[in-house]
Amino acid sequence: MRITQGTFSFLPDLTDEQIVAQIRYALDHGWAMSVEHTDDPHPRNPYWDMWGMPLFDLAVEEADVVLREVRACREAHPGDYLKVIAYDSSKGRQTTALSFIVHRPKHEPGFRLDRIDSHDRVQRYGLHPYAADAPVGSRYRNGGAP
Amino acid sequence: MSAAHTLAGMTPTTAAPTEKKDRWASGVTPYAEMGYFDSDYEPKDTDILAAFRITPQPGVDAVEAAAAVAGESSTATWTVVWTDRLTAHENYQAKAYDVSAVPGREGEYIAKIAYDLDLFEEGSIANLTSSIIGNVFGFKALKALRLEDMRIPPHYVKTFQGPPHGIVMEREYLDKFGRPLLGATVKPKLGLSAKNYGRVVYEALRGGLDFTKDDENINSQPFMRWRDRFLYSIEGVNRAMAQTGEIKGHYMNVTAATMEEMYERAEFASELGSVIIMMDLTVGYTAMQSMSKWARRNGMILHLHRAGHGTYTRQKSHGVSFRVIAKWCRLLGVDHIHAGTVVGKLEGDPSMVKGYYDTLRLDHVPENLENGIFFDQDWASLPAVMPVASGGIHAGQMHQLLRYLGEDVVLQFGGGTIGHPMGIAAGATANRVAVEAMIQARNEGRDYFQEGPDILEKAAKGCPELNAALQVWKDVTFDFQSTDTPDYVVTPTLV
Repeated sequence: MRITQGTFSFLPDLTDEQIVAQIRYALDHGWAMSVEHTDDPHPRNPYWDMWGMPLFDLAVEEADVVLREVRACREAHPGDYLKVIAYDSSKGRQTTALSFIVHRPKHEPGFRLDRIDSHDRVQRYGLHPYAADAPVGSRYRNGGAP
Repeated sequence: MSAAHTLAGMTPTTAAPTEKKDRWASGVTPYAEMGYFDSDYEPKDTDILAAFRITPQPGVDAVEAAAAVAGESSTATWTVVWTDRLTAHENYQAKAYDVSAVPGREGEYIAKIAYDLDLFEEGSIANLTSSIIGNVFGFKALKALRLEDMRIPPHYVKTFQGPPHGIVMEREYLDKFGRPLLGATVKPKLGLSAKNYGRVVYEALRGGLDFTKDDENINSQPFMRWRDRFLYSIEGVNRAMAQTGEIKGHYMNVTAATMEEMYERAEFASELGSVIIMMDLTVGYTAMQSMSKWARRNGMILHLHRAGHGTYTRQKSHGVSFRVIAKWCRLLGVDHIHAGTVVGKLEGDPSMVKGYYDTLRLDHVPENLENGIFFDQDWASLPAVMPVASGGIHAGQMHQLLRYLGEDVVLQFGGGTIGHPMGIAAGATANRVAVEAMIQARNEGRDYFQEGPDILEKAAKGCPELNAALQVWKDVTFDFQSTDTPDYVVTPTLV
């Protein structure tokens, strides 16, 4: 399966050049940039691990600074999901403006749909990432292959 | 203005008096002379302001007609009552303070009326509407009357909590940023069994949509009862989440005959773990406000279908403009509201739709007559409402939709998903690829509006689903004249 979180997951994986174009757009809006990675891609996991601090006050010409962080994070966590996040701190927003996956494990085992039968035909559902069966730090070894 | 002139046609039976009558003498006095018109009045910051389009009957003076609207929507009745003197009546009288002819629309005037804050119960849209549109719309001396816009001062705004979540919280909740959200209304809207219905939900969501939706008139009919629909729909939602790793939702319509039944349905949706429910505008302001409070308590996104609004929002000279309905709904608190598509099958002049979207999304909406906005509106940090575009839109229009409607919007492709020749999931994929490709191109600095068809064609090369959608619907447009359009030119004041 392919996890389709993020703004561009239905497109072919972005090239570094395309990633830089998106970073430039974000910097042009004055947004802060950050890189996050995880081995727990549950859709209700809002706290991916931060790859360093958010990068504030970068100029559009400094888009490569963000790309360097993406590359360093990829190198350090080749089996993780990585995303680039643009953050809009303006009044009334104060939230993520753009968030897209820039790296993913080679093999994505996906999720098991857990069910518990409850009363009167009601089912209790849970999403269980297959990868989460392994402890943190040892998931998606071999690029996620079983 | 002269008393004789203003009296013509307005008062019930009396002939025009030759002399001006004492304000408190029994009998009928023109509204304007009773204090309901004051061209020198300067609205207070705390006043609620309304702009009415009035069309007086032949022979009825526009100023007196405006004063009558002010009177009948505040303290007045048709004759003088001495009990007014037991009150600080000047305070409670609404005041028409500006009456201007509408350019190019003979016999029509815009009357601006100021209402003191004390006239309204705090935090009650039912009360606000009972005052402002309660009695006056049937007034015989007017041929037609339309409430065009209102200015709600922060003092009154702050008596409401607004949307249970708002755009920012909804996006964080769904973990979806930087692009319009995508939805589809399950079709056919009536007749499917619960199991078949859930199939449509599942296919559309796994194919790439964020939401599916009950239609306004799918409540609990003999062919499918609400509880069965909810059960099968949530099955579809969860299966699609497992296949995509994304949060998905199905708007479960809780509209019902009584409040008790609405709560019962909403609570069941909550028990099933649904992230969103919906209701119809037809349930009324009080029911909507009750559901809003329920939705905040239960962490449920609340969608509103504006069922029935066309009966009073569409005609230019009579009714209530949708921008006013949008304002009331932001105050009473919904997270989503249908607000027009510009390019789809339903009424919506581009600049008017822009005015609705601004009203729902901005924190400060400046006066802009071109977009039908008559007053500055300060929302005082009340959360924003996500507008929903629905009705006759398809993937081939993505560049136009993004240009006209922006990014904070739910684009709902019902037929444009379910009618796809390769199936429902393929239709969903086509829409998702189209929106992501368009956002990517826009962010890369391309002139996506002009180059839209090229951008879509290129994206379709790697996506047979989008290619098929573009082939099937490429020439479909709904190019009709809008009935509700702005009157661009600002006119000189009549008095």
